[in-house]
Amino acid sequence: MKRFTKLFVIALALFAAFSLTSCKEKEAPTIKIGVAGPHSGDLASYGIPTIKAAELVIAKVNAAGGVNGSMLELVIEDDVCKPEVAANTAAKLVGDGVVAVIGHICSGATKAAMGTYLDSELLAISPSATNPPLTQSGDYPNFFRTIAPDDAQALVEVEFAYAQGYKKIAVLHDKGDYGKGFAEFCKALLEADNKAEIVLYEGITPGAVDYTAIINKIASSGADAVIFGGYHPEASKLITQMKKKDMNLAFLSDDGVKDDTFIKVAGEYAEGVYATGPMDTTSNPLAKEALKAHQDEYGEDPGAFYLNAYAAVLALVNAIDVADSTEYADLTKALRSNYVDTPLGSISFDAKGDAIGVGFAVYQVQNGVYVEL
Amino acid sequence: MKIDFFFQYLLSGLTRGSIYALIALGYTMVYGIVKLINFAHGEIYMIGAFTALIVSGVLGMYGVDPVVTFMIAITAAVIYSAAYGVTLEKIAYKPLRKAPRLSALISAIGMSMFLQNYVLLAQTSDFLPFPELIPEFEFLDPIKSILSTNQFLILVTTAVVMVLLTILIKFTRTGKAMRATAQDRDMAQLVGININKVISITFVIGSATAAIGGVLISSQIGQINFYIGFIVGIKAFVAAVLGGIGSIPGAVLGSFVLGITESFGTGYISSDYEDAFAFIILIVILIFKPSGLLGRKTTEKV
Amino acid sequence: MFKLSEIKKSLLTSLWFMFLTFPIMVLKVNTITDTVEWRWNNLAIVGVGSFILSFVWRWALDRKEKGGSKKESSGQLKKMALAKAIQYKMPTLIVIGILLIALPFVASMYQTSVITTALMYIILGLGLNVVVGLGGLLHLGYAAFYAVGAYTYALLYFHFGLNFWIALPIGALFSAILGLAIGFPVLRLRGDYLAIVTLAFGEITRLVLENWNEFSFGPSGIANIARPSIGVKMRLPQATILIYFIAIAMVIFTIFVVNRLENSRLGRAWEAMREDEIASQSMGIDLTKAKLLAFTLGAVWAGFAGVLFAAKTTFINPASFTVWESITVLCVVVIGGMGSIPGVIVGALLFTLLPEFLRGVSEYRMLVFGITLVIMMIFRPGGMIQKTRNVYKFKDGDIK
Repeated sequence: MKRFTKLFVIALALFAAFSLTSCKEKEAPTIKIGVAGPHSGDLASYGIPTIKAAELVIAKVNAAGGVNGSMLELVIEDDVCKPEVAANTAAKLVGDGVVAVIGHICSGATKAAMGTYLDSELLAISPSATNPPLTQSGDYPNFFRTIAPDDAQALVEVEFAYAQGYKKIAVLHDKGDYGKGFAEFCKALLEADNKAEIVLYEGITPGAVDYTAIINKIASSGADAVIFGGYHPEASKLITQMKKKDMNLAFLSDDGVKDDTFIKVAGEYAEGVYATGPMDTTSNPLAKEALKAHQDEYGEDPGAFYLNAYAAVLALVNAIDVADSTEYADLTKALRSNYVDTPLGSISFDAKGDAIGVGFAVYQVQNGVYVEL
Repeated sequence: MKIDFFFQYLLSGLTRGSIYALIALGYTMVYGIVKLINFAHGEIYMIGAFTALIVSGVLGMYGVDPVVTFMIAITAAVIYSAAYGVTLEKIAYKPLRKAPRLSALISAIGMSMFLQNYVLLAQTSDFLPFPELIPEFEFLDPIKSILSTNQFLILVTTAVVMVLLTILIKFTRTGKAMRATAQDRDMAQLVGININKVISITFVIGSATAAIGGVLISSQIGQINFYIGFIVGIKAFVAAVLGGIGSIPGAVLGSFVLGITESFGTGYISSDYEDAFAFIILIVILIFKPSGLLGRKTTEKV
Repeated sequence: MFKLSEIKKSLLTSLWFMFLTFPIMVLKVNTITDTVEWRWNNLAIVGVGSFILSFVWRWALDRKEKGGSKKESSGQLKKMALAKAIQYKMPTLIVIGILLIALPFVASMYQTSVITTALMYIILGLGLNVVVGLGGLLHLGYAAFYAVGAYTYALLYFHFGLNFWIALPIGALFSAILGLAIGFPVLRLRGDYLAIVTLAFGEITRLVLENWNEFSFGPSGIANIARPSIGVKMRLPQATILIYFIAIAMVIFTIFVVNRLENSRLGRAWEAMREDEIASQSMGIDLTKAKLLAFTLGAVWAGFAGVLFAAKTTFINPASFTVWESITVLCVVVIGGMGSIPGVIVGALLFTLLPEFLRGVSEYRMLVFGITLVIMMIFRPGGMIQKTRNVYKFKDGDIK
């Protein structure tokens, strides 16, 4: 009896406590916007700037009287970039009564959550999920993003490589969803165009103790350029060791590497590295204002996808305003038919959900700073 | 051309093997004496690297000479790693000495998670660049593109550590006490050996070698973050088991076998399956030699 | 009240910890921005905290030493009391049953979803329990079987459009085959060698799924997997409820089968194998058969859970099946109570529901998780609900 009662009591306590935690709160006439992404753990630095962007925009809008007579409220949920957690997070946001979601951040988590949002007729605007099928497959008419997809990025990269005259290219990736996806697109383009030869196509192992084996392999392949898909930690490890071995290859990478942290970590070895990234908008007055707002409020420079998130929230608020409603059909129509001024420029969304007006450019590290070419 | 690259892969393999060896030694020594898989050993390696980074950062701010900074940083790394190792043992393993093996393993896993997140929360989740502490040796300049100073230092250090350890175990009194404790803990206690001290010394030595490995390899790769211990830990553990866990020469042999397999696999087959090669070679060897390459066949009393 | 020697010990402990954590807690060097930050208040917190905790720790350890002898006798008493209280068992089960059936209609979609995840972990835990708890075989690669089940359904759906119900037994079958495949090489391995090889198999499975793009779509995973249906087109809330009930049905099925296995000849052979391999061999138990069956049957449950997982989240990728997943299931079994079915259930509930509760303090979640594992192992190694052996008492009149 003791053992059974113990089980029963523990189980009951857990069930009860769990069910009761969602007691209804007082209904206040606010418009709720969900913000989903990794807010804890090792990927938190990719998700937290989105929260900050949303908070700053909401504060500004509410200070000016809200939208359609109602104040805006954020519902922030963590998905630690894991698909199974993201599915639960999506269910939670739906239950919390949000009208739309800004997120998710990681493509995998986004894919897992979109099914839930589609069923519940909620739209999501992601500042960072670049996986092309999210818009290209047509499976998710409720998905929008304020960042260009990876295949557009790959196109820019490969065109640049041709322009520079590279004939033998080694394509590498970090075996991750984003990096491998980017590398696959580059590979497909290179094979189709037949203007340059792919001498190596491999994935490096993040976290390995030693990269000399793969570096030797690159050297022995006779490549004159390396295209790397992945993030800045791996890229900086590769470029540091390549330069130390006096290998004079051009190094081209993606927007996971077009980050000041890359330059700081790789130091002098970052000189001359090419990376694609969203077109430079820091001269845009709205961008300056957004950056300053972050500086004033938090005392530091914003992190990844801040401007993309800022733009996403502005676009959403604008859509609510223009459509004068929070219904799914009205909002999606408003997003697709209106241009809104954001830190990324004047943008709108096409029928599939990709942003119009957001493109990629190639940057190079010159004298310790990324310069747009 | 081909021969040149074969030699390079061999060298890469030896370097890798040396790093795995420095950490595998810690695993194998602890296992030999306490019969415990110290899952948190990788985290000790990581803490050593972090300590070196922090100390050198602070000293650098005050403009201390780089060579002196290096000396102090590596000493600090060794001291702190040893301290963490001993503390770890006292808190998480000592109360479980008489408990079944599975309990001690879970406890080790728990400490591994705790230490990872401890460093994550107290420091940062970013990848921090590791300062260039090790000065370039001029006499290596001509073959710089084949063998860097770092690689050379790693190989030499591993050789030295292995020699010192063998001398310690075979010829000193402490070594004898360690061997006795490994053979039969209760008997060792009965003949008057202070097993608490012996166990602590084992952890100190194991952690110290891991810390040295941490500093050297972090200099080579150039970056550290809170998670590096986990992956290295698993590989080093595989290496120790491959060579026969509990045997010091086995740990070193296993590490080199592992390193060379990975290196040649990457070079001649594909880097995609780099980790898989390590695991496959482990399974293959254990099928033919269930106690590892140099493992002793233990007879069980019924 | 506090002896001077105790205070001195705690003081030394406190000083030791302040020294130990000095670089990591007090200093914060950021080599990206080239800054050094000194956080002295952390030092104070560590000092005071360790001083107090050392008292608590020592008291707890002392209590453990003294309480050990009492525990053995209470095990028997518990079981007999349970037999006596059989009349309480039925009503309790009925109440739990009613709660379970009512739950999805009362709670929100999110909560139902989380409880379904908990139910899946119960299935996983019970499956691993067969291998680790009953068989005593340390298995660190359980996530591989989970992955096989999930990918079987995902790929069968993608290529052939097979629905959930057909995929369920097929997924379990493939997992069982993998279990058999892993069982063969590890027959001769003992204890810790077995652990590392099973870990190796788990990782190899994940690596193959991650890199063999043509087969498994690599790190991008497979999306748009169909939810289970009973012919009627469902909206999301109804589908969630359906999945919940499917999970409940599977859990009941699992509990039933595992319970029967436990009390069967095979189950007893496993327990004998766990206690002492050589003795059981000399008693005539075929170790090879027992080990292979343990791995295979244990894998079947992971296969079922995997299919359900794919159907529930509609998107899978290799990152969900890492060694940490295997470790989580292992912890569910060990912390819940190795070998005991109610224990595993409680363990699964704890591991799934607690992180959801702690969403507010999610930063410290893993930290607390880690230290909890250590504390549980030291102070309650049998798990939360320990396994009690069946004790049969003969009354005088029974023996003729």
